[in-house]
Amino acid sequence: MDAPGNGTLRDTMMRDKSKEALAESLSAPRQQPAARGEVAVEVDGLNLFYGDKQALNSVTLDIERNKVTAFIGPSGCGKSTLLRCFNRMNDLIDTVRTEGEIRLGSKNIFDKDVDVARLRRQVGMVFQKPNPFPKSIYENVAYGLRLAGENKKSVLDDTVEWALKGAALWGEVKDRLQESALGMSGGQQQRLVIARAIAVQPKVLLLDEPCSALDPISTLKVEELIDQLKADYTVLIVTHNMQQAARVSDYTAFMYLGDLIEYNETDTIFTNPGKKQTEDYITGRYG
Amino acid sequence: MSDTDLHLGNHISRRFNAELDDVRQRVLAMGGLVEQQVREALQALVDGDGELGDKVASRDYKVNEFEVAIDEECSRIIALRQPAASDLRLLVAVIKTITDLERIGDEAEKIARMASKLALGAPPSAAMSQIQPMGAMVRTMVTRALNTLARMDTDGAMKVVEEDEKVDAAYEAMQRTCITHMMEDPRSIQRVLNLMWVARSLERIGDHASNISEYVIYLVLGKDIRHTSITGPISKVS
Repeated sequence: MDAPGNGTLRDTMMRDKSKEALAESLSAPRQQPAARGEVAVEVDGLNLFYGDKQALNSVTLDIERNKVTAFIGPSGCGKSTLLRCFNRMNDLIDTVRTEGEIRLGSKNIFDKDVDVARLRRQVGMVFQKPNPFPKSIYENVAYGLRLAGENKKSVLDDTVEWALKGAALWGEVKDRLQESALGMSGGQQQRLVIARAIAVQPKVLLLDEPCSALDPISTLKVEELIDQLKADYTVLIVTHNMQQAARVSDYTAFMYLGDLIEYNETDTIFTNPGKKQTEDYITGRYG
Repeated sequence: MSDTDLHLGNHISRRFNAELDDVRQRVLAMGGLVEQQVREALQALVDGDGELGDKVASRDYKVNEFEVAIDEECSRIIALRQPAASDLRLLVAVIKTITDLERIGDEAEKIARMASKLALGAPPSAAMSQIQPMGAMVRTMVTRALNTLARMDTDGAMKVVEEDEKVDAAYEAMQRTCITHMMEDPRSIQRVLNLMWVARSLERIGDHASNISEYVIYLVLGKDIRHTSITGPISKVS
């Protein structure tokens, strides 16, 4: 597909001599960013229904490995619904029906033979409100490993330390690992939950409004953490805070009423979006 | 966005609408003042009106005040509103535009001062008659550049960018004429040199007007056409 974002205006003009062609090439937005790296997750023609109501309309996008992809859009646009598809959290809702595929590697996660528990170890999730278990800090992080049958203390110790370091929390809690996680601040709890998610070494990390319950400083710490996490994980984040999407993500997908309206490099979305709907949303206009 | 209407007034926040509109109005007001400065500086030059020249030169501080005030307003909006997309491009374009407007103001001031000097000893009439059309050409360019900004007119903006080549050609022709005069009559060197400075200022004003038009294209289309050759394909497009 033509990529007006990558060439200079002049390059574009060299190719298309007529004014109409120029106008067209300037206005034609790419539906997908120019693929650069390896694709981690492919969403292909995904439809999702809550009973009779369709919540996702044929969503198709490729998510690049080791990048942060943000989903933005007004309430009810389907971004959280889409995010919950990646680890089949929607299975927990009886009336939900999906069509289409989400491929992790080459495997469609909706296939009958997929072990959902295993899928959720590969695709970790962090929610809006921090939800530590009423256990010690140590046990919170070790929980997933114990669930997977790992009980060897040296392995657990190493993994807890590694995960807490990965979540930029080790320095703050290393002297009180046996204290209850419920005594931590909201920002610390959220980073603890992220540590718990990465302890089982997932491939993909889903973050659903991870900072909306946090104060600005905790938010910055989590954002800083997200930036570090992408070295090892593919991160998908849903956020209402557009400046946050602009700050932390490499790619941004704008959704509206169940449709994927525009998906592109974050820089492009926030400086020169291709569609008016996107423009109206990110600039705070009523469309 | 190929849509040339930027919908500046459609924000949910009405104060944001008002702030952006205010910035835009002030840039256009600044543009109006700069246009007047150029026009009167040229008039002072052609009429040999030293008094008018002094008046124009003494008015430059108003242009500078505009620049400082608009810059401050833009910084404030960026800090408080975190504008994105076309709003952000508008502010970036404004910040750049006012720099060029301020420079045009400075060049107008220089022309006005030269007008005052030349009023005391008129330069050769042949050179004078050559600078008049060049002045008219540059004045039109400034007016058109400001119009393209007011109307978000990218086609018009491309024409202004092209126009600059004619100004450059006129400047070179002017140089040759001046050199001829100086060789023929060394006593005129001082006066002809003054006129040369005027031509130089006009040429610079053309460059600044061209820059402003480039910002208009950036603002409306999100495409940066600076430092790309405009010979060939672009002229075909326009």
